[in-house]
Amino acid sequence: MTEFWEQIVAGLASGGIYATLALALVLIHRATGVINFAQGEMGMFSTYIAWSLLYTYGVPYWGTFAITLVISFFGGVLVYLALIRPLSRGGDIAIVIATIALLVILNGGAGWIWSPEVRSFESPFPIDRIEIGGVGISWQDLGTILVSIACVIVVFCFFRFTRVGLMMRASAQRPGTSRLLGIRVTLMLAIGWGLAAMLSAVSGMMAAPILTLDPNFMLIVLTYAFAAAVLGGIDSPVGAVAGAYILGVGISLLGTYWDYVTGAPELELPIALAVLLLILLFRPAGLFGRAVVRRV
Amino acid sequence: MTAGVRITPSLVARLVVLAGAIVFFALAPLFMSNFRQSELVLVGIYFIAIIGLNIVTGYSGQISLGHGAFMGIGAYTTAILVTKYDVGQYWTIPLAGLIAGIVGFLFGFPALRLTGVYLALATFGLAVAFISLAQSTRFEGYTGGGGGLALGVPTTPYYLTWSIALGMFVAAWLLLRGRLGRRLRAVRDAPVAAVSSGINLALVKAIAFGLAALYAGVAGSLLVIRTGFVNYLTFPVLLSILLLTGAALGGFGSLGGVLFGALFIQYAPGLSATLPHVPKESAPSVMYGVILLIVLFLMPGGAAELVRRLLGLLKRLTGPRYSRRTGERVVS
Amino acid sequence: MALLELRDVEARYGQVKALHGVSLSVADGQAVSILGANGAGKTTTLRAVSGTVKKTGEVVFDGKSIGRRSPEAIARLGIAHVPEGREIFGELSVWENVCLGAVTRRGWRDARRECERVIDYFPRIAGRRGQQAGTLSGGEQQMLALARALVSKPRLLLLDEPSLGLAPKAVRDFYEIVAAMNRDFGLTVLVVEQNATIALDATEQTYVLEVGRVVLEGPSEELQRHERVRASYLGY
Repeated sequence: MTEFWEQIVAGLASGGIYATLALALVLIHRATGVINFAQGEMGMFSTYIAWSLLYTYGVPYWGTFAITLVISFFGGVLVYLALIRPLSRGGDIAIVIATIALLVILNGGAGWIWSPEVRSFESPFPIDRIEIGGVGISWQDLGTILVSIACVIVVFCFFRFTRVGLMMRASAQRPGTSRLLGIRVTLMLAIGWGLAAMLSAVSGMMAAPILTLDPNFMLIVLTYAFAAAVLGGIDSPVGAVAGAYILGVGISLLGTYWDYVTGAPELELPIALAVLLLILLFRPAGLFGRAVVRRV
Repeated sequence: MTAGVRITPSLVARLVVLAGAIVFFALAPLFMSNFRQSELVLVGIYFIAIIGLNIVTGYSGQISLGHGAFMGIGAYTTAILVTKYDVGQYWTIPLAGLIAGIVGFLFGFPALRLTGVYLALATFGLAVAFISLAQSTRFEGYTGGGGGLALGVPTTPYYLTWSIALGMFVAAWLLLRGRLGRRLRAVRDAPVAAVSSGINLALVKAIAFGLAALYAGVAGSLLVIRTGFVNYLTFPVLLSILLLTGAALGGFGSLGGVLFGALFIQYAPGLSATLPHVPKESAPSVMYGVILLIVLFLMPGGAAELVRRLLGLLKRLTGPRYSRRTGERVVS
Repeated sequence: MALLELRDVEARYGQVKALHGVSLSVADGQAVSILGANGAGKTTTLRAVSGTVKKTGEVVFDGKSIGRRSPEAIARLGIAHVPEGREIFGELSVWENVCLGAVTRRGWRDARRECERVIDYFPRIAGRRGQQAGTLSGGEQQMLALARALVSKPRLLLLDEPSLGLAPKAVRDFYEIVAAMNRDFGLTVLVVEQNATIALDATEQTYVLEVGRVVLEGPSEELQRHERVRASYLGY
């Protein structure tokens, strides 16, 4: 039985990593109607920057964390202003291609600047484990869970209780009308992208100690984050976060208790996606999404 | 209802270009080294795959990021048939296409109920999942797991590839001019109207998807015949991405742009370098991405837009047209 | 003293020209209406003021030329545009909708007090602050849009076909509040309407637009008796 709970905790930890990235995806989609395929790579790039700060410049961990978040924020703003906004006239496919191009550039760029060999990335949390009720939990898992929950709470409070948050929600829903109210919509959307970039950076920095750092390490995280966002309903932040935790726990349990998968962890992703597809058949808007009444 | 073809200056121009291209590709090997021929075989393979992608994305408006997976299905079909069942490799090509097409159709049926975003993600997931499945130890008996399957000697099936390419190009052209094409365009441009006129949306979309997968399957089959080897690294996510960008650059909805897209993928300093067929290098992919962005900014409609503008120019040069019905000048 | 002046404004949507040289002026504290059939260019005229359409010609507000400014900047100058179809934020609560009118005001704290003050003018929606705005009826949404506009303490209020889709009583209630604002607080109002009767009643000055041109102008009272207006817009 303790193994069950340990797997749940491990699942929540990976779920937390997906949740942070999924939240970023939903944020971007709600604000600008775009699926940012480069979201994972942006997080990856931020994590590499953090690596440099940590190992090349010797900045202590939480200082690195903070600085990376700030740099990521401006990176996100830059991407929005320089890439996304000018291309929004080109239509949906143009923007998809643009984010894909960005994915490619960041992926290659990271390999070019830092060289593609795998590196380790330290974790801010102690290695040992603690016991709660007889269940052993690593500080790593616990720390990851707490950080991701903290992110989620901060983001929610920001949107619900601050003036800027309200303006951003309005800008996302009806940009034209928001302008008529004097809201600087472009600025709001840019801030949205900056926030999403920060979330991606957190996701990357939490994932790196576990997955080790190389230019491709966020691609799987991205796929799971997508799955979580879609599972929860692509426009629902609550749904995406819930979906991510459900996904994380589900996969963890799957890997432990289903023999078929136990020896073959590479099957986790296809199975998760297959289940996702199945769920989408019956609930096309995701578990928590509002059923978009599509007439056709 | 006749399926007549109006002889317009633009049609003539296109046929001339097509004829020129045929002549070029037919005679090229006489002047080229084996290495170049092999490169052109790759171009032909991408060409076939992109035609398929064009059908799904350009003509019926669904974004697919999983095309590499269908190429993979075709490739593995061929590889398995050759290594396990001793079938002659060239005979496996149609079968590879068929199986990939069926899988595509079956995937398409439920998946295409999803709207744009969801579909793009589902196909992305497909590309990623394929790699995991191809690598998995569970299926090693068939797929050779991480080690993959080897067919034997790599070949340069130049004329075979390009004849198939030509044939499939013409087939697509005919299909798209006919009922299927009209239905696809209806689905893309005015789904509500399409349904009201009795078109079974899900079926049409699934057929388009299956067709695209078929093309990809054939391409994948040719790829494995060319390289003599396949494993889970042969069809990375990046390939699916490349194919989509190649199709986009060519301009969706235009078969003519497809060739441009295929050439771009192969020769743009770039991402082609990181595919398993060629040695690795990271910098070129940055170049590829940058070039992609530049093209996007300058020509959101891709090469097809360029072609359309040229054709527009051609129309203006050949004088105004007058409507037979009203006698007035037709401004297009 | 004209608070708002349009001089020879031309506007187009792509290739189609919607306004062919419209000139009008609105005095400080006046209530002015623009009448016209569908497609006459009424909405476009308001858009020309709020900066949401491509145009040539001059638009002068409070002595300043605003023709080149962005919609956000124009809104911050004190022009509140209530667009056609109300355009409320359906997913946000009633209270959040109202407060959005004040987001650009300097003091957030007294802006919220203003929200309280204004929402009390609208008893029908005041009691529903927590409700999702999308669940309100058409008339209530129109009130909400008006409340939102008033919270920003504008100098000029632009109303685009507020009566559209509303029951007669709702229309009367709406215009009562507008009239009160104009009368008691000197709020300048420019309203665009297809419903000529109510517009002529509620305003002092009226312009009639046809196919993007001003064809008639004058005191609303006079135009009410004008033959052409009666025939085309009043139906008797």
